This record gives sequence, structure tokens and C-alpha cells, in this order.
Amino acid sequence: MTGRVAVQTEDFDLSTEIAALRVSDKRVGAVCSFVGTVRDRNEGDQVATLELEHYPGMTEKAIETMIDAAMARFDIFAARVIHRVGLLQPLDQIVLVAVTSAHRGDSFQACEFLMDYLKTQAPFWKKEETPAGARWVDARVSDDAALARWGLQATNC
Amino acid sequence: MKITVKYFASIREALGQGYEQRETTAITLADLRNELLAVSPAHAQVLARGKPVRMALDQMMSDESAPLREGCEVAFFPPVTGG
Repeated sequence: MTGRVAVQTEDFDLSTEIAALRVSDKRVGAVCSFVGTVRDRNEGDQVATLELEHYPGMTEKAIETMIDAAMARFDIFAARVIHRVGLLQPLDQIVLVAVTSAHRGDSFQACEFLMDYLKTQAPFWKKEETPAGARWVDARVSDDAALARWGLQATNC
Repeated sequence: MKITVKYFASIREALGQGYEQRETTAITLADLRNELLAVSPAHAQVLARGKPVRMALDQMMSDESAPLREGCEVAFFPPVTGG
């Protein structure tokens, strides 16, 4: 299995990633995954392309830190996070979070925790191309609120 | 001391640079932000207090009270929007 975190321009394959995550681990009874994809509209406007920028080095470290936090908080065995960067189109996959555990509860929760964490703490920025021109996507207060459910302060917005 | 400063996303675009080496007397991130505010009107605008600017020190999210060190890497960027 490759590392826990990948930031890459290439696409990923969910089945391959899940197979690698649970390979020969007979303790696993549950696998949960989340895949984020590019929508063709945002804030009422058509989106032609989405460009993702990140902070090389820090982004990977931030995601490693959140996986450590998830491992400490939930009874999970393994986690994998892949986030794409560069130019993406509607329908493209952007992000994968996959988690294994003995029982479903921990996987479900850890998967959501990791996404809530990533949304507000991992240094990625989206820029979208709309008919009115290119614009940076605004952070959402609701994402800060999502992290607060876990007792963590986000302070992103 | 000599430090590296990085800028990302809308802040990088507005300043027209993503990276600079700086000689600074700033003790904390707050001092450095004050120093940068005086560099140009563009700096004054994008780093203005009250704007949602996030900061990292040596690639860790940090608040303005964080102390700088010789050779450290500081970054300024807007709220993150990944996922």
C-alpha cells in the first residue's frame, strides 16, 4: 500500500484504493468512503472548470495530522486520503476519503470527521471559471460549523 | 533575521508573487503582517486587519502571536476551500 495521503493531478480509482486499504487485514468488517466530485454550478452560476491550488508540503502534513486525529478518536484500522489539484472539469473526482474499521459506526464517523476537518484545515483553494469570469470560491461558514460538531474550532471563515 | 514568506490563491494573485525571502525585525506573525501592510497598497488591501487571512508558520496553521525564528517559513492565504 502506498502512503496514507496523496495530493496529485491524476484521477484515482475507488475500487483499487479500497482493495489496497483492506488488503489482507482480516480484522476489517467495515469500509466507508467518500468521493467528492466537481459540480457544473455553484452559487447559481454555471461552472466550466475548477482549478485547485495547494500548499505543497503543508497540505500533506495537515492531512497526515487529521488522519492521526481520526485514528486517536475512532476505532479505525486504516485511512487513505487522495486530493486532486490542477485543472478539473464538471464530473471529475476531486477528493477521496476511505476508512476501515471492525464495525460500521467508526468508519462512518471517521470518514465524515476527516472530510469536515479537510474542508477547513487543509490548505487547498478552488478557483472556478464562470460565464462572468474566473473567481475564487468563498469558504463556507457551514463548513466551520460542521467541524464544531466534533468539538473542534475551525476559524476558517 | 532572514525568513521565507509564501502567498497563496487570491493573495498570491493580488501581490503578483508567491514567494519571497525577507529580512525582518518582526518578533511575531502579527509584527510581520504589520510590516507587510506597509509594503504596497496591494499588500495593505489583501492583508488588511478584518480580512479573513489565515497564516501558517513552518507549515502549521498559526495565529498572530506565533514567534518567528531565523530561517522560518511563513505563509499568508485566504480561508481554505478544498474538499
